[in-house]
Amino acid sequence: MSANFLYTIEVILNGLMAGVMYSLVALGFVLIFKASGIFNYAQGVMALFAAMTLVGIQQGQVPFAHLINAAFGTKIHHFGWTVPALMAILLTLVVMILFAILVERIVLKHLVNQEPIILFMATIGLAYFMEGMGDLMWGSELKTLDIGLPSGGSLWLEEATVGWGAEGSGFYGLFIDKLDIVATGVALALVISLTLFSQYTKTGRALRAVADDHQAALSVGISLRKIWVIVWAIAGFVAMVAGIMWGAKSGVQFSLSLIALKALPVLILGGFTSIPGAIIGGLIIGVGEKLFEFSIGPMIGGATENWFAYVLALVFLIFRPQGLFGDKIIERV
Amino acid sequence: MFYRQAGDFKTTYREDIHTFPLRQDRIGYYILLAFAFLVVPFIINDYWASAVLLPFLIMSIAALGLNVLTGYCGQVSLGTAGFMAVGAYSCYKLMTAFPELSIIIVVLTSGVITALVGLLFGIPSLRIKGFYLAVATLAAQFFLVWLFNKVPWFYNNSASGQISAPVRDIAGVMVTGPEAQAWAKYLFCLVLVVVLAWLTRNLTRGRIGRSWMAIRDMDIAAEIIGVNPLKTKLSAFGVSSFLIGVSGALYFSVYLGAVEVGEVFGIQKSFLVLFMIIIGGLGSIFGSFAGAAFLVLMPVLLKNIMVAGLGWPTDIAAHIEFVIVGGLIIFFLIVEPHGLAQLWRLTKEKLLLWPFPH
Repeated sequence: MSANFLYTIEVILNGLMAGVMYSLVALGFVLIFKASGIFNYAQGVMALFAAMTLVGIQQGQVPFAHLINAAFGTKIHHFGWTVPALMAILLTLVVMILFAILVERIVLKHLVNQEPIILFMATIGLAYFMEGMGDLMWGSELKTLDIGLPSGGSLWLEEATVGWGAEGSGFYGLFIDKLDIVATGVALALVISLTLFSQYTKTGRALRAVADDHQAALSVGISLRKIWVIVWAIAGFVAMVAGIMWGAKSGVQFSLSLIALKALPVLILGGFTSIPGAIIGGLIIGVGEKLFEFSIGPMIGGATENWFAYVLALVFLIFRPQGLFGDKIIERV
Repeated sequence: MFYRQAGDFKTTYREDIHTFPLRQDRIGYYILLAFAFLVVPFIINDYWASAVLLPFLIMSIAALGLNVLTGYCGQVSLGTAGFMAVGAYSCYKLMTAFPELSIIIVVLTSGVITALVGLLFGIPSLRIKGFYLAVATLAAQFFLVWLFNKVPWFYNNSASGQISAPVRDIAGVMVTGPEAQAWAKYLFCLVLVVVLAWLTRNLTRGRIGRSWMAIRDMDIAAEIIGVNPLKTKLSAFGVSSFLIGVSGALYFSVYLGAVEVGEVFGIQKSFLVLFMIIIGGLGSIFGSFAGAAFLVLMPVLLKNIMVAGLGWPTDIAAHIEFVIVGGLIIFFLIVEPHGLAQLWRLTKEKLLLWPFPH
């Protein structure tokens, strides 16, 4: 096989892996959108916040240390202990659930029956709030997240495929980050468990009922407010998973919240209401932007990954406004 | 008692359609204008100009522009900073390509160029709506910033990739470049702000403005009663981008003088302008100014209190600013979705009755 062809395969594979990462964020969006009709812009910041909290708890950082130090002239930073990874994850989950309850109590309760666009803007406000809050609590410096996930290139795969290239073509086998493989597994497990959850448990059925029709769900005795808390908690959990994966890949830092923006075109491709759509949309965007950068990028100056996803989504929208798998948009006066 | 409409009779139709129907409003407005034109230029210093007044004036043009699109026509845009960058770069290209051209013409032409680009990105709005459109405008934001970063023609092949404004004057008084006086910059911006705000105000009161609002309130219903969505949406995109382009041109040439596109016109700036109109009031000219003033003044104030007053590090002040801005957005959306402008309206209504509320 020619080296060029093999490189293309490698680009596609890596694109798929990047796509899985986008899908992880997009999944949280879809969950909230389905259950409450809210387009949650803060999903990416939630991932960042969860990752920061995880690192903070794991390393025993004192929350608001910087603020306390500035206000009282003290010099505290750490409690002096470290928490095991699993324990830290559980504690982070508790924080995210608390967060879900607070969001429902303080924000959503008051915004019932507002237009979707108002709710969207409220989540932008929420994103800003959490961004500042996360930095205040845990400090804004770049953190490394390490909970024992494997990383680095997969040697096994490289050795297995090195023979594919022609002799002396400079091909050293396909390179795939082990972390990406783990992420794929996690995403798969997440989708399967979410599907099982919404199909076979009572709460899951209630969630689907709310997604179908708020008023009908209310009339059969489902508490909307409870459902919203549950949905936001699940979205917080998904955000945490995404945060762990992205954090382990590229460190916990501000730019993590920008991947939320990348999840938007993913959603548009997949449709706002479809979980499989979020996955497939993510894969299309991931592969598309990597291939575009690989084949056309060098001709027009590179760094096309910044905008390719959005332009693709824009072009796609013109032809199919409801996305690949979204519900058909029906408009009435 | 002091603020009332009793006795303020209108005897002609002209009087009835005044911008400020109440005489007291009008007088207050003229006093404000007189103060801004006749007093401020004499007491202004460099700190006030560069920290408060110039950003306020320039950002209020941008807020005005976004308010036309989002507040009046209901099309949410997250690409404001991208269009500001178009204004800034067309300003730069025009300034360097035609050194003879007056800066006023340059700034206005940059607005027109931005309007054309805005029309181009407005075309999809005919098919997509709501947050789908918001995402589509993100495409404009990222693509435009990338374009100005990557194509050397836009920054005249300068080694740093920055653009910097050459010196220009109006009737012998410098308004751009490092030597320009604070009062000259201020007056230049102020004149543009007043003229553009006046034009926008009248646009929104007329036929075009009404068709914008019809589309905003319910686009299908508007279409059925004969509002042409193509013309209406595109005109909103055009007018909005014109204003945003002018603001971008001023931001670059008068305020900053040198611009690195990714830093100055990043996505954060788009959100800032969006927040201005949410806090100020969607669909209100006064709201654009109030929101711009609020979001320009608040960081300055916070910085003065926390950094200068309490001696805290600047990064904590920046984080607290994020928390406060985010909290305020939510607060306003919950308590007063129509923003500061609505508070102002309510205050005036209360004042009309005061002190006898019946």
